[in-house]
Amino acid sequence: MSKFIEQPRYSCALGAQQSIVAIKRAVPILHSGPGCGTKINRLLGQGEGYAGGSTVPCTNASETEIVFGGEERLKSVIEGAFKVIDADLYVVLTGCTSDIVGDDIGQITGEFQTENKPIVYVETGGFKSNNYVSHETVVNAIIDQYVDKFSPDKSKIKRLVNVFASIPYQDPYWIGNLEEIKRILEGIGLSVNILFGEKSDGINEWKTIPNAEYNIVVSAWAGLGIAKHLENKYGTPYLHFPYLPIGAAETSKFLHQVAKNLNLEHHRVEYFIKQEEKRFYSHIERTADFMLEFRYGIPRRFYTILDASYAVGFSKYLLNELGIIPAKQFIVDDTPEEFQDSIRNEFQHISELRAAEVEFSIDAGAVQAKIKNDERKNRALILGSAWERDLAKEIGADLLIISVPVAYRLILNCGYAGYNGGLRVIEDIYDRVLDTYR
Amino acid sequence: MSTINLKETEVPVREVRLGSITGFEGTADELVRCSQAGTLKDSTRNFSQCMGCSSGNAFCQLSMIQDAAIINHGPVGCAGDFFTFNFTYRVGQMERNLPAVNGRYFNTNIEEKDTIFGAVEKLESTIRGVYERVKPNAILITTSCASGIIGDDVESVASSLSEELGIPVVACFCEGFKSKIWTTGFDAAYHSIVRKLVKPPKQKTNKVNIVNFWGSHIFDDLLRPLGFEPEYIVPFSTVKQLEHISEAVATIQICPTLGTYLGAALEQVYGVPEIKSPPAYGIAGTDTWLRELGKVLDREKEIEEVIIKEHIRVLPKIKEYQKQLKGKTAYLTAGAAHGHALIALLRELGLEVQGAAIFHHDPIYDNGDPASDALAHDVNTYGDIKNYNVCNKQAYELVNILNKVRPDIMIARHGGMTLWGAKLGIPTLLIGDEQFGFGYQGILNYAERILETLDNKEFVINLAKHSTMPYTKWWLEQSPFSFLRSDLDVKIY
Ligand code: SF4
Repeated sequence: MSKFIEQPRYSCALGAQQSIVAIKRAVPILHSGPGCGTKINRLLGQGEGYAGGSTVPCTNASETEIVFGGEERLKSVIEGAFKVIDADLYVVLTGCTSDIVGDDIGQITGEFQTENKPIVYVETGGFKSNNYVSHETVVNAIIDQYVDKFSPDKSKIKRLVNVFASIPYQDPYWIGNLEEIKRILEGIGLSVNILFGEKSDGINEWKTIPNAEYNIVVSAWAGLGIAKHLENKYGTPYLHFPYLPIGAAETSKFLHQVAKNLNLEHHRVEYFIKQEEKRFYSHIERTADFMLEFRYGIPRRFYTILDASYAVGFSKYLLNELGIIPAKQFIVDDTPEEFQDSIRNEFQHISELRAAEVEFSIDAGAVQAKIKNDERKNRALILGSAWERDLAKEIGADLLIISVPVAYRLILNCGYAGYNGGLRVIEDIYDRVLDTYR
Repeated sequence: MSTINLKETEVPVREVRLGSITGFEGTADELVRCSQAGTLKDSTRNFSQCMGCSSGNAFCQLSMIQDAAIINHGPVGCAGDFFTFNFTYRVGQMERNLPAVNGRYFNTNIEEKDTIFGAVEKLESTIRGVYERVKPNAILITTSCASGIIGDDVESVASSLSEELGIPVVACFCEGFKSKIWTTGFDAAYHSIVRKLVKPPKQKTNKVNIVNFWGSHIFDDLLRPLGFEPEYIVPFSTVKQLEHISEAVATIQICPTLGTYLGAALEQVYGVPEIKSPPAYGIAGTDTWLRELGKVLDREKEIEEVIIKEHIRVLPKIKEYQKQLKGKTAYLTAGAAHGHALIALLRELGLEVQGAAIFHHDPIYDNGDPASDALAHDVNTYGDIKNYNVCNKQAYELVNILNKVRPDIMIARHGGMTLWGAKLGIPTLLIGDEQFGFGYQGILNYAERILETLDNKEFVINLAKHSTMPYTKWWLEQSPFSFLRSDLDVKIY
């Protein structure tokens, strides 16, 4: 596909700098033009975290580096970074400038690697891919160049799993989502390497990646490449759950699948799921009369302009548990063709009674026009980004911002995954709906 | 004086055009003297952090032209700032009672194969697609490192599509790698506007161009009674308005760092005089600026009346503030001319400016007139500033300095810097609207905000208690300029 993009909702390959920022006490080192880091940070993320944003070391490539090469400059910035920035892991990422010119960053970084410094390099020139794809590349590079070297032993530990789910910052709710996924997996008796965010143990946790008994990928497609890589490298099997589980039904389904694959103790798993479901449905039951009787209009149909994992996850939940019907669904994450059929298939069977139409497009400006022209009989909900504000207003829809750019929400630890996330979805939808009345 | 050459597709970067620098350690007086003697040399850093790039600053000025569409010709990451500016655009729409719209911003999505075969066709089809979808009155193209290095002939594409579509399709060359001074992006944007949008004057009007960001309309009350109409450019202008800025009677700079090129270009090419004086910050600065304005607009008598009236109004109040702020210390980080302006303001209010980290330094502006030198004005009016540091958003230097200096307040004029004051428990003030401190009223505005900030320490004290520091202990003990390789020639003639 070579179409232009109006209203971008993801970044370029270098956008994976945010995946590094999300690892505890890790810092990216950019070998790129002077503006890349800031631009990425403006789209992905509110706030700079530990060592992101204005802290990120960068060679700020100039004409000199283009003409004469930037290897010397990179070397001196890496040296400086080790002295100035207090971090456990340093990851060199290249931008367009370096990749087009062809700097040998492997050689420069290699010198530091021979000294056993915790440093990794990856070519992430912006044009190479988007940040969904390069997230995989970067994680794999850390595994190959750092984890493999520093993990003391690679024997399997029973019940230890690695989780590859939300892509940090690309999913604005990544912290909350990862926390919930970790919580529920621990609930059924697993030890979890969640790898990113506050609930991870940073690089110590990364070093135990080879020890995991299983890898769990919770994503439509982005992240699968990591699991496949680990399967080849350490023989670790993986489970692919192809969307974000939201609400009780899907989350329980997810846990059952995990339990089956890992042969977990039936009792403990069922007990946990029961408890969680009980709690989940008690809240819904307690307020069901309110939801049923609210007579001034709530959304009946929804559009999504989201990445595939969210689009499927939300559709299943909104339809099957809340009875909001999917209108046309738009997936804007540049899903590689090989995965599109299985995603279409998910929408084909979105409930026992219904199919939903889905379209893949990276040009969200065009998507907006389609939604605007769609025939509507009742109040709609849009799950999209900050770009959808006017569209929502124009068609009288409620807007829940799930995708970057977020702009109109500040996110701390809100998440939509799992049992807790499902409840949060209801709160947030009703929050938007009720707020429209005077 | 730099000669404006509209035949060239690109404006030379500031380093070349003005001799601007991004690294300096010393006193303001030294810097001014080196600048005036033409002996200023840049220093480089062996270690550096992310800055900003010209493409962002060009977009900043182009993205709020109301009836234009913008195409960023690059990989999608270069478009990461689209919504940031769209947000600003929309806030401005609210303030101006304009209907809510999104900016029409597009990215050509340069991919790997394009770096081999070129992305010219992609650009062409994007321009056509955008025209179909938006029907704008102009299409402006910002370039990227990738498009620049692969050598796409964006100028030719723009010209031929301009002909084909019958609207201006304008290339703005702002590749990030070309300059260490991101404000070069402003120059690039203005160059493309003056080259391709502005038309030769048909008649003189009573309009005064105000080169600004998207600040409040503070010039209405000054100019209208004098018989002039302010024309705030470039954000929130229309293509039509921009066509006629050559017909104005004068150009005011809210900040010469922003508008140096546009002011000079309009004067050199179309004879619109630029007000050449440091912007109006502090009493002395505002007096000078107003008198210069009076001279250019031929309203000297009226301006003297304004000055007297305003002095009577603000001087007693300033005295009050001075009493309250006496003995307080401040540290400042900001862009060049605006930083200089804020220094004047802080000192007018009686604060001790312990030092400043200013993003770059232009030894001279495009008009070639030393009268515009705001830093020289600071030094002459209020005395030297020790610890004057030219530092292009290098947070590690700033943290190091703040940790040692520990001022009562830090003033920042750019995102990404405030955190470091706050993490150290230093109350920090960031003001977005650069018009906020302008003129006599601006002194009072700032005084109020400074007092508020000094008074409200709870958040920063608490934050400091619970914060981590990504900088090593070793670093915080070093000289802040350890990585600055200074080739500065300090010989003064
Ligand atoms: S690639 Fe170049 S133009 Fe794009 S954001 Fe980076 S420095 Fe700026």
